[in-house]
Amino acid sequence: MRNVAVVGVGHSQFGNRFDVTIDELALESVKEALDDANLEAKDIEFMVVGCAGVWSAEDSPAVICSDYCGMLPKGSMRVEAMCATGSAATFVGYNVVASGFADLVLVVGVEKMHELPTLLQVERMGRGGSFLWEFENFGLTFPGYYALYATRYMWKYGLKEEDLAEVAVKNHYYGAMNPKAQFRKAITVDTVMQSRYVAWPLKLFDCCPLTDGSSALILASEDKAKELTDTRVWITAIGSSTASSALVSRGLDFCGLESAVEAAKQAYKKAGIDPDEPAKYFDLANVHDCFTIAEILAYEDLGFCKRGEGVRLIREKQTYNGGLIPVNLDGGLKSKGHPIGATGCSMIYTLTKQLRQEYGKYASPSAQADIRKGRALAHNVGGSGQYAYVTILSLEKPQR
Amino acid sequence: MSDLFDKAKESIKKDGLPIVEEERSRLPLYISLREFPLRYQLGVSKLQKFFEGLKEGKVYATQCNVCRNKFFPPRADCPKCLTSNVNWMPLDPEGQLLTYTVIRVKPSSFAHYKDYVVGIAQLKEGIRVLAWVSVDDPEKIKPNMKVYLTTARREPEGYITYELTLKAPF
Repeated sequence: MRNVAVVGVGHSQFGNRFDVTIDELALESVKEALDDANLEAKDIEFMVVGCAGVWSAEDSPAVICSDYCGMLPKGSMRVEAMCATGSAATFVGYNVVASGFADLVLVVGVEKMHELPTLLQVERMGRGGSFLWEFENFGLTFPGYYALYATRYMWKYGLKEEDLAEVAVKNHYYGAMNPKAQFRKAITVDTVMQSRYVAWPLKLFDCCPLTDGSSALILASEDKAKELTDTRVWITAIGSSTASSALVSRGLDFCGLESAVEAAKQAYKKAGIDPDEPAKYFDLANVHDCFTIAEILAYEDLGFCKRGEGVRLIREKQTYNGGLIPVNLDGGLKSKGHPIGATGCSMIYTLTKQLRQEYGKYASPSAQADIRKGRALAHNVGGSGQYAYVTILSLEKPQR
Repeated sequence: MSDLFDKAKESIKKDGLPIVEEERSRLPLYISLREFPLRYQLGVSKLQKFFEGLKEGKVYATQCNVCRNKFFPPRADCPKCLTSNVNWMPLDPEGQLLTYTVIRVKPSSFAHYKDYVVGIAQLKEGIRVLAWVSVDDPEKIKPNMKVYLTTARREPEGYITYELTLKAPF
């Protein structure tokens, strides 16, 4: 297998994008990524499109996005792994380069969730669980799946709704600095506490929004990367795992996601990271905070703290910039938005800019992490834990 | 199905096009005239015993005759042994509530129900079941309380399903 570097990144404005079609939306980030890498569409040999689908009218988004971005007649495909679709697409793109099939691959994650009428949006998300055993008879919604984790966790570890609110406060604080975030407004614990219950104990401000957006990455082989740039960000390791669709078959007593634990274990092993003290290896991380409880679970699943201690990290501001491990300095899914096919790519976009020390100029100097270790982690969960991808980026070239 | 579809029809009468202004952004949206209603049809011949059980007031799980693992949702094939040599067993109704939520914002196909409580119970055999918790006031429940699994009619449709109750059903 060959080394793979991220040589170009792009990101569209996230939000309600009623102004564009899905292919126009994809082009926004693709154009940026090509400019960033100093490349033209004709230089790219293969294109991977991450798009969860059903949200928008076009059933085969890889075809129209490929056409609109000037990629014909290069090969392409659509990749789906629920909310971890962007990371799964990156995984495919990584392997297309690593295997030697191509030297330059374009990965674009895109979702246009507002193409589906409002009435059907909750329905579409709810159907992401085990269809006959959770949705058909019991009408679980996405906040509902995570609320089942939240209730158990709060009961077991004495977590309060106010503690969960602190996660939203942090992520909105950083989202307010991100020029491409959907919500660019700081909030307080009161904002969260006064919002209405969506699925008790989760309230509207515990939830990420529905978002239209795209994010693109250009992945290159070692030789190509050396030609193109001096600040190469390497994909050091990717861990991936699948867990049961039915919530009742999951482990960890609903206080963690076993898929995330497994994906982290794989990635740490490949990258030579001590699984007992992973936080000290990273300058920052982006984790899948689709709901506030999900960020707490992520701290623990990734081993940044022990089980049940995630709340301490947020209470002590250890995941703010300058803390033990800064998390979601771009606002996370919560404030930046969560176009489900694009989120995984968006995480890598942020982390690449952070490692290159370009994020401060792009957003705000106070959101630029101190880059000392030259390593960053992306944790992207699909569904309520059915899929997990953990991707490790590094400024140092992986040794083979 | 679209909430903007009625506006689109008016717009066709007025301007000849199904293009309407999106309320907040005031941007033009082309409202598709082609609805795509989805109602899936699932093959359940391997789960027939489960559905027959519901008619008799029982909730069945399966157990692999090779590795003895038990499954709920019931599986006709063991994922560990990949054998179809499984046994159907009715579940003992007594259990403990592990977690729950109250669904306030519902999927459109559930809009006609009052807010409902979804819970997960751990039953005696070590099996877990996810179902609605039948309770008039969600304040009355908390994790670890005793619950019972029972079959029930879901109204207004009147079909048989299963639920968790706070009182023993017999």
